[in-house]
Amino acid sequence: MKLLLAYSLRNVWVRSSTAGLTIGGLALVSLILLAVLMLGNGLNRALIESGSPDNVLLLRKGATTEIASGIYRDQAHIVRTLADIAHTSGGEPLAIPELVVLISLAKSGAETPANVVVRGTRPDAFRLRPQVRLRQGRTWQPGTTEIVIGTQIATRFLRDGIGTHLRIGKRDWLVVGITESQGTAFESEIWGDVDQLMSAYGRDSYSSLTLRLSSSSAFQSIDDAIAADTRLLLQVKRERDYYREKSMTMATFIRLLGFTFTFIFAVGAVLGGTMTMYGAVASRTREIGMLRALGFRPRQILSALLFESLMLGALAGLLAIGGGMALQFVTLSTMNFSTFSELAFRLTLTPTSALATMGFALGISMVGGIPPAIRAARLSVAAALRAPGR
Amino acid sequence: MTPPVVEFQRVTKSYFRGEQEIPVLKDFSLSVPPGRFLAIMGPSGSGKTTILNLVAGLDRPTQGTIRAAGLAVSQQGESDLARWRARHIGFVFQFYNLIPVLTASENVELPLLLSTLTRQERVKHVQAALGLVGLKDRIHHYPRQLSGGQEQRVGIARAIVSDPTILLADEPTGNLDRTAAESVMALLSRLHRELNKTILMVTHDPRAAEYAQETLHFDKGTVASS
Repeated sequence: MKLLLAYSLRNVWVRSSTAGLTIGGLALVSLILLAVLMLGNGLNRALIESGSPDNVLLLRKGATTEIASGIYRDQAHIVRTLADIAHTSGGEPLAIPELVVLISLAKSGAETPANVVVRGTRPDAFRLRPQVRLRQGRTWQPGTTEIVIGTQIATRFLRDGIGTHLRIGKRDWLVVGITESQGTAFESEIWGDVDQLMSAYGRDSYSSLTLRLSSSSAFQSIDDAIAADTRLLLQVKRERDYYREKSMTMATFIRLLGFTFTFIFAVGAVLGGTMTMYGAVASRTREIGMLRALGFRPRQILSALLFESLMLGALAGLLAIGGGMALQFVTLSTMNFSTFSELAFRLTLTPTSALATMGFALGISMVGGIPPAIRAARLSVAAALRAPGR
Repeated sequence: MTPPVVEFQRVTKSYFRGEQEIPVLKDFSLSVPPGRFLAIMGPSGSGKTTILNLVAGLDRPTQGTIRAAGLAVSQQGESDLARWRARHIGFVFQFYNLIPVLTASENVELPLLLSTLTRQERVKHVQAALGLVGLKDRIHHYPRQLSGGQEQRVGIARAIVSDPTILLADEPTGNLDRTAAESVMALLSRLHRELNKTILMVTHDPRAAEYAQETLHFDKGTVASS
């Protein structure tokens, strides 16, 4: 069998120009699929992974986004007294009311401005969301108009970084730090003092309240306690579920579009692969006839040709994954439909998406290889031996 | 009396082009004893190659029965025939039909892949076969690195490597110059003498036919003379 495999391998090598074109075509289609998967992964990381499993988000009942929600100060105070909330080492409940507003900011190198999320919060937000870390500078001093900006804001909007002055609401704010958060949506946000931000916008209510559960299983008791208190007309969601819901529309849209394109291109790639393999069979008709005359069975011929086809697919899959690795350095931005703000994210390659791409490349090469392989296996031996060519 | 190794009994073979029947063999009978070297000559389209194809079970008769190497060839299924061919039939083709991406030794090894021999045993057989045809020093050469005569010798080595009962040679010198043709025929003749192989050879070349013990002249599907 080793010799038959070597036969297939060397045939691919000998027909390197046509095989190369086929591999290129298959690789491009596979790369499109991989890019779609990586888009989805990037969005997931940016949105879903923004949420922590032990964090709970509180919104006004009926509100679907933080922007559309409102929580009064007294409501926030009541919530902070509930049991089952984790506490800081200083004994403070890890429950932070936040104000979320949108500002319009000019993008570096672009004429049109984009919406950016400004989150008024408290310094404990770094404990609540440990994935957010200061990369440069320092955090804001409570009670001041200092802000920290996410890395995506620093690279796409405020390239001067620390020391930049920004007009938010009716006040001037000073950038004192830059944060990074493992590719999550917080990298596209600006954070500052919640009370200063409320004052700048003349607001008397927060947008949301995020709290850390004392244990993951405490969710139900918090939910029950809030539902039972008629002063709190709030809905309780795990932070991760909230972000998953927010990402659903966008991810579905991108996937649907991507998969449609992938399907169309895949049909083309299958046809290309089929033609290549038909060409391979046609140019080797007499060779195949000889193998059958020697006593090789149709099944063995079919296997050798399918292996050859799968090899083209495997090489294409590897190329696509290589391309995907390069795409990881690309950062894209899109409109976050839940906040109507700009969301920047990186195309993210995961082992699952790499495996799916390899499976796809092998699949389409197999589909393309089956008809010519069957044709080769069914050739009349006597007729094949009379065929012109090699 | 030794039974014949190839036997055609009143064999008719026709091809059909649409409704039109094109007869190739007409009520043809033949008996070849073991160890015979038989040449079959005749004009193109006279049915020479069809005889070889029928012996090997690559084609089926329209009527009549064919036995070869102890098997009723015309009554077997594809799978059984493939197995039987691997064991009993060796082919020598006009255009050698070597696989260009395999070396001489790999080409010769091909029929042995269908046997139960181990890798080491196969290597020994291949070396012996290439030694018999005088190409032991060309083991790792690819067909493109060999002359026409050498390619045909590799083809012959491939045909004999599994020690088949019958060698079928279809115009083995048809693609060679005079010198190479004589060398190939001398080799076939030696294999016949030394290994006592039964050889059925189709040829246009009277010089090649002279190496055979007997020559059948074929015309329009029947034996014109012998």
